Parts: sequence; structure tokens; C-alpha cells
Amino acid sequence: MSEVRVLVGTRKGAFVLTSDAKRDRWDICGPHFAGWEIYHVKGSPVEPNRLYASQSSGWFGQVIQCSNDGGKTWEPVGNQFAYDGVPGTHQWYDGTQHPWEFKRVWHLEPSLTDAETVYAGVEDAALFRSADGGRTWHELPGLRAAKGHLWQPGAGGMCVHTVVEDPSDPERLFIAISAAGVFRTDDAGKTWRPVNSGLKSKYELPDPNAEVGHCVHRIAMHPSRPSVLFMQKHWDVMRSDDAGESWREVSGNLPTDFGFPIAVHAHEPETIYVVPIKSDSEHYPPEGKLRVYRSRTGGDEWEALTKGLPQRDCYVNVLRDAMAVDSLDSCGLYFGTTGGQVYASVDAGDTWAPIVRDLPAVLSVEVQTLS
Amino acid sequence: MIRVVLPEHLRRLAQVDGEVRLQLGGPVTQRSVLDAVEAAFPMLRGTIRDHGTQRRRSFVRFFGCGQDLSHESPDAPLPDAIAAGAEPFLVVGAMAGG
Repeated sequence: MSEVRVLVGTRKGAFVLTSDAKRDRWDICGPHFAGWEIYHVKGSPVEPNRLYASQSSGWFGQVIQCSNDGGKTWEPVGNQFAYDGVPGTHQWYDGTQHPWEFKRVWHLEPSLTDAETVYAGVEDAALFRSADGGRTWHELPGLRAAKGHLWQPGAGGMCVHTVVEDPSDPERLFIAISAAGVFRTDDAGKTWRPVNSGLKSKYELPDPNAEVGHCVHRIAMHPSRPSVLFMQKHWDVMRSDDAGESWREVSGNLPTDFGFPIAVHAHEPETIYVVPIKSDSEHYPPEGKLRVYRSRTGGDEWEALTKGLPQRDCYVNVLRDAMAVDSLDSCGLYFGTTGGQVYASVDAGDTWAPIVRDLPAVLSVEVQTLS
Repeated sequence: MIRVVLPEHLRRLAQVDGEVRLQLGGPVTQRSVLDAVEAAFPMLRGTIRDHGTQRRRSFVRFFGCGQDLSHESPDAPLPDAIAAGAEPFLVVGAMAGG
């Protein structure tokens, strides 16, 4: 019998939600690391009981936690993230150059092939890799060599928040940075280049077509088609059919194309999901109606999914790492809100129900389908 | 024997209850006390002092004998009562509420 494990990071701790394949009764375990901000929790595809968690605090800094039993027990591992060599500077809000300073780990991406290898996307934007289960971390400095001096923070800081591995090519990785854009390596992280052609940021950048500087909020890939990428940008939903070499807008009939997360159906590579948010300054759903939008055509044509979601007086946000899918036959979709709700759909988005309603603000949601 | 009181979040991280008691060989200073704390509890490295600079993190304070010792030199001798174990060295999460 399959089981689903939902890993939830919140402003005040981590929670592990588990259910059998019916997904109608859930066990809620937590808070783990109570009182700490948990930006991300993710399991290894190789050893699903190996979990990594990013635990941070304005008082006590960064801690990385590792579990080998699916989140029942945890062990702190390495938390030293030292930039390679002289860190240098990046662009600051006022246009001056500002030294790179480590603040926190936003995203942990366990390797597709080795449980001991895990990537960490950090603020100030850089990518680190551990090959020993998180005990030691080493920067992949070639990323910051890709015009890092031109990157600048968005309102949420300057962070590597997305790491996507190409399952068909272990040398290829995509990362995304707010506010710099998407970058790709084809040599396992030694060298990187921006892949932002086609992105347009006419309200945010003096050159709307700049090579770097775009505020990419999230990218997603279906593992069966690693050259097809979907993106939720600050404004605009985009897709690339050539591994990021070029992008085109697929916002279509969305009520607003601002938002944070984007996800792909587990079994239908052209079925994608976004959660439209009113605007860059009004981070809540339009009209107070919480609606997930689904496209079965890889973008352009979208339908609102509302059954079971609040359709009045709802002013929560859904953050970039807070939506994920399971891989059961009837694909499950999950998202968490800044109001502390975690919603689940067991029918690919047609209907929704809350798993839990009153957690701290949800920062991240990841899902494991266990057999 | 030096007595150190950690804030609750760090006690949980280090999996200790109550005070931490440490034997120091040399001078009793902020640096020597924190070196000993981190040697006994490596998971606390980086949470009280920055990994690279070894400076106190901005929202951490050091109290003892009714004084704020946070701005003292890390190599200055701590008060005799702390060195003698009569009073604890307090590591405190700074007030930062709103």
C-alpha cells in the first residue's frame, strides 16, 4: 500500500503530514524545530527516508538538519557556508556594489542519484553542494561568475530559490535567482550561463530584455521531458521548449499572471498549475477568491479550480516553494498558504480539502510518494 | 567549573537540560568559554558566533553578574564570580519583538 508524506516548512517549525493512498485521513506530526523558520524540507529520491531541512533564525543563524527515518528523528549536520575565495560584490538596492554575505538556505535539492549529495540554494545568491550528507558544504563558484556583479536583491532578498536537476543528464542543472534569472550548467556546476532569452521585465528593468536581472519566482520540469521548463516569473507565466535557450509567454487567460509557485502534473507533462496573485504589492488572490489555475495545454488556456477552496474573503499568499504533486495514479496536488492552511487535491485539482488549517505561515511544501 | 546557561532554542539544538558545566584550563574569557561550549556541542558552531569572523551574532547577548558583557572584548577576563562558578555566564537571545 502506498503512502504519501507531505513535508511542510513554516515560519515556526516543520510538520510532517502522512496518509495512506486514499489521502483522506492525515496524521500531523510537529512542530519539529519549534520556533525556527524552516524554509525547506525535502527527501532524497534515492533513499526516501533521508530528509534534509533548512532551519534558520534571526537570532541563531543557519542550521541544517538531516533525518534517516523519514522525519521521526533528526541530527544537525554542517552549517558552514563559506563563499569560495574572496566573495566580491553584487549590486545593492541603491546601485552601489555590496559584499556577498551569507544569510540563509532557501532551498535544499537532494541529488537524483546519490543520497549523500545535496545542493543548497542560499541567500546571498549562490549554490553549494555537499557530497557527505550535509556535513560539509562547498560553493560552486562558477555560478557567481555568470555576471554576479549585476545581480541585485528583490524585496525578499537575493537568493537561489530553485534548483532543478535534469534526470537525463547528470551534468545539467538549472537554478533560478531572485532577482537575476535562470542559469544553466552543462558540466556539473563548473561553468554557468544565463538562459533568460525571451523574458521581458518592462516594469522592473531599464532594459526589459536584459540578459540578467529578471525576477524569476519558480521553474518546474516534468522528468520525462527535461528540455521543457515552465516558469512563474514576477509577472508572466513562461515556458521553454529548448532547455531555457528561449522562453515564450503562456499566461493566456489567467486573471493575473503574477504569482509564485508553478507545478507540473505527475503523469501529464502538459498539465501545469499556478496560483495567481493580484499584484506585486498585493500578495493575495484576486477578488479574495483562492483559485488554482490549471492548463492542460502547457499554458495559454487556463481553467480555474475552486471546489473546496475559499471563494470569498481570502487574502493569503502561496509562496514559491509551497506547491507540489504526488505521483499516485490519481495525481495529488498540495499547497500551503501564509495563513497556515495546507490544501490537498486527490483528483489533480478538481476538488480540494484542507489537510490542516492553522499552522504557522507555510514557507514550503514537498511531497513524497512512498511504496 | 564554569556554568553556562544557553537560551532554550540552543538547549534543544544541543539536547541539554539546564546549565552546561565546563572545565576550563586557562583564562576564563568569552572566547575561552565559547570555545569550550562549541567543543562540547559542535552543533552550536555558527549559532552564537559567526563561523568566519567569530564575532557574536547580532541578536545574541552575553550577561553575567547583573551586567551586559556583550560589548566587552572577547579576550577580557570574565568576572571572578563567573570564573569561580559562583555565577553563570548567560547566553541570551536579544529582545527583538515588536
